[in-house]
Amino acid sequence: MAHCTNRNRDRNRLRFGSMGLLIAGLLGMFSNIASAAWEFGLQDPMTATARHVYELHSLLLWVIVVIFIGVFAVVTWSIIFHRKSKGHKAADFHDNTTVEIVWTIVPTLILIAIAFPATSTLVQMRDTSQPELTIKATGYQWKWGYEYVTGDAAGVKYMSVLSTPREQIENKSPKGEHYLLEVDRPLVVPVGKKVRMLLTASDVIHTWSVPAFAVKADAVPGFLRDTWFRAEKEGTYRGQCSELCGKDHGFMPVVVEVVSVEKYAAWVADQKKEMAAAAEDPAKIWKLDELVARGEKVYAATCAACHQPTGKGLPPVFPALDGSKIVKGPKAAHLDMVLKGKAGTAMAAFGAQMSDTDIAAVVAYERNAWSNKLGEVIQPAEVKALRGK
Amino acid sequence: MQATQHAGHAGHDDDSHSHGPTGLMRWITTTNHKDIGTMYLWFSFVMFLVGGAMSLVIRAELLSPGLQYVSPEFYNQMLTLHALIMVFGAIMPAFVGFANWMIPLMIGAPDMAFARMNNWSFWLLPPAAILLTSSIFVPGGAAGTGWTLYPPLSIQMGMGMDMAIFAVHILGMSSIMGSINIITTILNMRAPGMTLMKMPMFCWTWLVTAFLLIASMPILAGAVTMLLTDRHFGTSFFNAAGGGDPVLFQHIFWFFGHPEVYIIALPAFGVVSHVIPAFSRKHLFGYTSMVYAIAAIGLISFFVWAHHMYVTGIPLTGQLYFMYATMLIAIPTGVKVFNWVTTMWRGSLSFETPMLFALGFLVLFTIGGLTGLVLAMTAVDIQLQDTYYVVAHFHYVMVAGALFSAYAGLYFWLPKWTGHMYNEGLGKLHFWLSMIFFNIAFFPQHFLGLAGMPRRIPDYAQQFADFNQISTIGSFGFGISQLLVLVVVFKAIKGGAKAEARPWDGARGLEWTVPSPAPHHTFEDPPAFDPAEAHA
Amino acid sequence: MSHPAAANRYFVPAPSHWPLVGSLALLLLASGAVLTMNSIANGGFVLMGGFAVLAVMLFGWFGRVIGEAESGSYNLQVDRSFRWAMAWFIFSEVMFFAAFFGALFYVRVLSVPDLASADQALLWDGFKNQWPSAGPAVKDPFTPMHAWGIPAINTLLLLSSGVTVTWAHWGLIANKRQQLIIGLALTILLGLVFISLQAYEYGEAYSHLNLKMTTGVYGSTFYMLTGFHGFHVTLGATMLIVILLRTVKGHFTAERHFAFEAVAWYWHFVDVVWLGLFVVVYWL
Ligand code: HEA
Ligand code: HEA
Ligand code: HEC
Ligand code: CUA
Ligand SMILES: [Cu+2]
Repeated sequence: MAHCTNRNRDRNRLRFGSMGLLIAGLLGMFSNIASAAWEFGLQDPMTATARHVYELHSLLLWVIVVIFIGVFAVVTWSIIFHRKSKGHKAADFHDNTTVEIVWTIVPTLILIAIAFPATSTLVQMRDTSQPELTIKATGYQWKWGYEYVTGDAAGVKYMSVLSTPREQIENKSPKGEHYLLEVDRPLVVPVGKKVRMLLTASDVIHTWSVPAFAVKADAVPGFLRDTWFRAEKEGTYRGQCSELCGKDHGFMPVVVEVVSVEKYAAWVADQKKEMAAAAEDPAKIWKLDELVARGEKVYAATCAACHQPTGKGLPPVFPALDGSKIVKGPKAAHLDMVLKGKAGTAMAAFGAQMSDTDIAAVVAYERNAWSNKLGEVIQPAEVKALRGK
Repeated sequence: MQATQHAGHAGHDDDSHSHGPTGLMRWITTTNHKDIGTMYLWFSFVMFLVGGAMSLVIRAELLSPGLQYVSPEFYNQMLTLHALIMVFGAIMPAFVGFANWMIPLMIGAPDMAFARMNNWSFWLLPPAAILLTSSIFVPGGAAGTGWTLYPPLSIQMGMGMDMAIFAVHILGMSSIMGSINIITTILNMRAPGMTLMKMPMFCWTWLVTAFLLIASMPILAGAVTMLLTDRHFGTSFFNAAGGGDPVLFQHIFWFFGHPEVYIIALPAFGVVSHVIPAFSRKHLFGYTSMVYAIAAIGLISFFVWAHHMYVTGIPLTGQLYFMYATMLIAIPTGVKVFNWVTTMWRGSLSFETPMLFALGFLVLFTIGGLTGLVLAMTAVDIQLQDTYYVVAHFHYVMVAGALFSAYAGLYFWLPKWTGHMYNEGLGKLHFWLSMIFFNIAFFPQHFLGLAGMPRRIPDYAQQFADFNQISTIGSFGFGISQLLVLVVVFKAIKGGAKAEARPWDGARGLEWTVPSPAPHHTFEDPPAFDPAEAHA
Repeated sequence: MSHPAAANRYFVPAPSHWPLVGSLALLLLASGAVLTMNSIANGGFVLMGGFAVLAVMLFGWFGRVIGEAESGSYNLQVDRSFRWAMAWFIFSEVMFFAAFFGALFYVRVLSVPDLASADQALLWDGFKNQWPSAGPAVKDPFTPMHAWGIPAINTLLLLSSGVTVTWAHWGLIANKRQQLIIGLALTILLGLVFISLQAYEYGEAYSHLNLKMTTGVYGSTFYMLTGFHGFHVTLGATMLIVILLRTVKGHFTAERHFAFEAVAWYWHFVDVVWLGLFVVVYWL
């Protein structure tokens, strides 16, 4: 091989020097150095489980770094000392049962050793027994619905939607501190209590996750799955939906506010009061402008993600409502679409999520907004009548 | 593409007694394993550029927080097509291309066992690629589900999803026919005297890979068929209301998907097992244990699938079982790594481009394997699932693993294919640029994942901005460096130093006993097997 | 074609355009299916075009292979290749069915019991664990398929057809052409009766039992498994017909008859799948 002997040795040494530097640099970056702007490791753990996971990860990191250094020390040695350009002659050996056995057994032992902490951490993570509070979270495209199942707050129920303004996402205004990690109404839980989360979804699979609690569990439509946490410190903890769930998967954060037991009690009382106040008289007869004003808000919060504030939709996937045949057609078909949705599409059955009044309002709004000037009022009672059908 | 292939082979034709059609028809109708191998390789490279261009769309959007260039829907489509094209269009065909070119040469066979069907295996790829790429332009766009195609999201998609489903069916047919061909060739057409335990390592890895393909591709076909009937014919396999379960799809998908990752990795191991001994001027260390390790990896790969499903709510016992089973795979893979390292030990090493890429593979694949081990620990994976840590893990094993190994093979065998030495300086430049930019692009993704950045999002919170910026810069650097391959390959086709039959003094095997470039027909009568060329 | 001077060389076929025709057929089939399923005009024509091109390809390609086989181009090594290939092809088919059997196992053992468990009561209150089941939300009552009517007869038919095809094979080996032809014809007849009964059963299911594809997971798994099986029986019967026609033309010898054996293997495979179906879909 002619081109091998006349190679430039100095240049080569330089190259391997730089490779060594690169590897060293990478290893340096591997270690858990935390600094303000550059986050290298897992988030600070805020539950006992998260702390165990943190420690397990640190242990694994050491194990793999040591294995890596061990293996590549040998490689580096060969690269430096067993090169042809230094005149090193190849030895002739190609089998050794003893070393083969050794390097099968030693890794096995290492793996058995790490299996112990890995197992105990996992067993602890999965123990959802004896919760002090149970909350059901439902994933919707693209928001979380929370419902307190047990405890003082039982019955409290609301949606939690991204609150970052559109302009920030479209780079039209400067981004806030909690860009994309903020919601209008966070989940509120008391500090130090074991909270069991029941998870499900209404449309596609979502994942409820809060890294500081080491909690992550899929919300599968049609099934209830559970997980738990016991937050140790008051504060606001942020996570994100972690399963691709369509267009706005990146825009459905999870925010948990951990408050003192007293504050929690006060919050619950507030919620109860608000619920009572919001309980509407379903027989109330609405006037058109009242209803449309309310519908506009509902539309912005629930429908605009797909059908767009302009009502123009994003055809062909999300149809325009402005000028839509269904919207301009008979009321019943329009209501039916909103109540029951359309199977196999992203159009969900909103009947399950919204009150009669809200549905009446949003449908009335759609029938009167943009160029759809139908001038019709729809009363909640009409919605109620259609629900059973 | 056709024109370049043809130009590329002008040099071949004078020493071949090829008969039959010429021009474009030669390539369309060919039954020659070398022609077909060449077509696979070119196809794979073109798909790599297309899939890579899509990854650059992804990385450009992720350069800074906020939505800049593409809508979230389009981002999801790019993501899905990037992965499907890279896995099924670029990496797998690349290794099938190597298999076509080299297996008959390595075992002394005149061609593949079923030469005409071999051509069909190749020509099934373009229709599949057309279905996949053109789905961007149909109403509703391509599937925006990620390459895992999970329902119910995939039930919501438009007709682009159906195109992806049929593309998967066609790709599956191609892989199954290709695998049947490879298994039959290896089992039935070895030169007299070449026992299985004397067979070149690349053939062993392909034998096991072909088995994995035949066993797993039909499973994927079944999964997407159920998806199709759920979408259009009202079945309820993946719908709880009808008694089905969306998670059922995940089980079936990963029963295919995990063997799939070894389908990508094993031929890469095979190439490296040729390159490292050649440039260490030594026999491959531990041939027998290598064979057992390959078989063990292939077997275990069918029993670990649910490590992709730790957060779906499978029972604790399931999680524990899959964790232990997954850890087990580190053992045979470790055996392979240690054998390669020992092959180099006390060798007479030189560092031509193939060897550099094999070393790059060794270092970076091991990093990727070790982070795989971290992910195997269920408790830790629950933190890291669906974050960029996973993205980093699999790009280390698939780009720095499989792709680097493919480059090692390309540089190693290019002289045999073209009859010319490639430009060593350009080759080395290609390696070093790739090595450096690859790490800039993907190493920071570990940190992003640990800090909690989810994958598959077009926009992200502010604290992830710095590392994403670095990653994007690295990705563009890496992508642009890959264009050097074109330069190197064209230069080698056009001319350059004439390659000897055995251009690498340490290389062993029947493939080096035929002239460079390899004549159109080789080993029409079985060669005598010279034990000196054996790998063991 | 092979070089006369090297009669015993491994046969490498001459360049052929059939692979490209086959790919075109699949592209048309796939595009046609996509268009039809999404109710886009003219999809049906594209689909038919695909079938037509596929048929032309199959005739052309297999005609070529039969010609090569009959002209003695294939030496014993090629024959061994064909055997390996057929065996692995059948293995791939086994795995394809495994996906659907796996789905059936999963819904029966895991998803339906899970949906009916106390854990899910918040979502599906009142849903009872039983099989057959159409799931918690499909309210239409339906009658499941009974095992000991037509399905049991079908089992007998397929098992006998396995015997007749073996009897035909003995005839071929012993050079008793008469026995070969009668055996093949009987096998085909049994296969066709099976298919007809299966079609009748589907008709009954739709018109009288209210058992449809849309009948939850029971309907889904029932039609998916029996449907793909029926499709394979149809394929097998078609191949048997081709073999019968070739036999009548005087093809195959007592020593060299790989095509016959391949089709017989395939037929046995279809038989075994049916036994699995009979037990887990109809009986248990
Ligand atoms: C070529 C492809 C390839 C290869 C070879 C691997 C190899 C491995 N992978 Fe990876 N993996 C992927 C491709 C690949 N993976 C892809 C594409 C995904 C994501 C899919 C998606 O969601 O889109 C994924 C995801 C993935 C997950 C799921 C993560 C998640 O989504 O949450 C897990 C979890 O267990 C995992 C584990 C492993 C393990 C344990 C190995 C092992 O085989 C690694 C073994 C190697 C070593 C361990 C290093 C060498 C060994 C030694 C030096 C010996 C000494 C070592 C010890 C004693 C520890 N992988
Ligand atoms: C073997 C497979 C393979 C390969 C080779 C690659 C290669 C690359 N991948 Fe990919 N990737 C996957 C398989 C692969 N990937 C998979 C399976 C996923 C998961 C998808 C999912 O979540 O479903 C994924 C996801 C994925 C993500 C995550 C996105 C997300 O979760 O939101 C990112 C982001 O950085 C990424 C980046 C890259 C980059 C920068 C490269 C680079 O290495 C590419 C370099 C090559 C080029 C850039 C081409 C060069 C060409 C030009 C410069 C010019 C182009 C010109 C023309 C075409 C005319 N990939
Ligand atoms: C997750 C996305 C999404 C959200 C949120 C959504 N829709 Fe839809 N909507 C769709 C899709 C997709 C369709 C098309 C369904 C089809 O294929 O017929 C649709 C169709 C409709 C139609 C029929 C339009 C036509 O011309 O076919 C109406 C009316 C409608 N939606 C009203 C609403 C209302 C009211 C809301 C809010 C309460 C809402 N949608 C929220 C996705 C959505
Ligand atoms: Cu919800 Cu992602
Ligand atoms: Cu895996």
